[in-house]
Amino acid sequence: MKYQFDWSVLWTGESGQWLLSGLITTLELSALAWLLAVALGIVSGALRTVKFRPLRALATFYVEFFRNVPLLVWMFFWYFAVPPLLPSVIQGWLLGHELEFTAGVCALGVYSGARFSEVLRSGIQSIPKTQFEASTASGLTTFQAYRYVILPVALRLIIPPGTSESLNLLKNSSIALTISVAELTFQTRQIETYTAKAIEALTAGTLIYLVLCVSIASVMGWVEQRTAIPGLITAGKRWR
Amino acid sequence: MAVMLDLDVIWRNLPFLMIQGFLGFGNFVGGTLRLAIPSIVLGFILGIFIGIGRLAPQRWIRIPATLYVEFFRGIPLVMVIFWMWFIIPIVLNQAIPEYWVALTAFVIFEAAYLGEIVRAGIQSVPRGQVEAATAVGLTGTQTMRSVVLPQALKNMIPSLVTQFIVLFKDTSLASIIGFMDLTKAAQVVNNREIRPFQLYLFIAAVYWICTYSMSRYARHLEKRLSPA
Repeated sequence: MKYQFDWSVLWTGESGQWLLSGLITTLELSALAWLLAVALGIVSGALRTVKFRPLRALATFYVEFFRNVPLLVWMFFWYFAVPPLLPSVIQGWLLGHELEFTAGVCALGVYSGARFSEVLRSGIQSIPKTQFEASTASGLTTFQAYRYVILPVALRLIIPPGTSESLNLLKNSSIALTISVAELTFQTRQIETYTAKAIEALTAGTLIYLVLCVSIASVMGWVEQRTAIPGLITAGKRWR
Repeated sequence: MAVMLDLDVIWRNLPFLMIQGFLGFGNFVGGTLRLAIPSIVLGFILGIFIGIGRLAPQRWIRIPATLYVEFFRGIPLVMVIFWMWFIIPIVLNQAIPEYWVALTAFVIFEAAYLGEIVRAGIQSVPRGQVEAATAVGLTGTQTMRSVVLPQALKNMIPSLVTQFIVLFKDTSLASIIGFMDLTKAAQVVNNREIRPFQLYLFIAAVYWICTYSMSRYARHLEKRLSPA
């Protein structure tokens, strides 16, 4: 093994700046995709319970199709295949406004939305039907039953799987480097390209991801314990 | 909209996409299946050791196994692929083909997830089984091999199929380092034909058919194997 370590590449030159901007892009990309994913997850999760069949089929199709195809394929699809189908006005606007980033948010958000939908569905399904019946029997309206009984329990139940999916989303944002979004992994590669110090660059990127994941997980673990329902949910010691 | 109707591009390139990209026979080293199947087999073997290690009474085994799992579950797979891509040539002092880089990365990465499945499987075996095995005079290794693991394996099958689906989708990331899998094959064809809509939707459909049928199978197994 002939490798000369030179850790100073991480704090000389522009490395620090690159890592920081990569981290910010990763966080921005993940946050926007997360909002999109939660919105899509709620809408499709709700649509899967309605009586009108075509809507239910549409939601099921969305969930099953998008989550069963690799995210990388969706990245290429949103980046290469969708823009040419759009009206030329929008195309021109997108080209001037970070097309890669927008495509990355769409790919990551729509893909993760299908996975969030499953988390929400299993959360709501795990609440016994009798809870709802008991609420209405004691005189609550349907809205009140959801507001005060079903949702407070369901939201707590989905904290652990929801955290795990959110961390998956964060880690999956690294795939956006394939459509040249300058996120953390992309910047790590850039440092490697400029300095030829692969191990140092990868160590820096890896540590940032680890710190991000572990800190989000521990905050959510704390939230989970604070909001645990005594006797109903055993507060998870594990974070995934 | 005439672009959308040109499905001929799929037909013309079907042998390259499927035989080279999906199966892995042809002039390039590649193949989604050729990478996915050895990855799950080897990853599972490593995962068994990690899963048992996570439950070991000895701290010097349990702590490294736990750190292994937490480390690899805290970083993106893309990072692991790049690590292997750069570190293997440094350690071995020579370049190795993309296939081996990708396989190593997948085995190491997936073993962390498979290890957790193995651990959950072992924990699902009732304690009485271990006690009974010890009572009839089996050693620890014998108990693990002939009593606990066979029962645990049965409980693990649905999660294993699910994890295989994840791994199957993840193999598309090997295209980042130039491995000629289905995704890379579509990219190559697209560079020549410029029909991204048809090509990417086609490979999405191929991936979907495989993963969806596997997930149906997992659901079927779950129903059949769950105690009534």
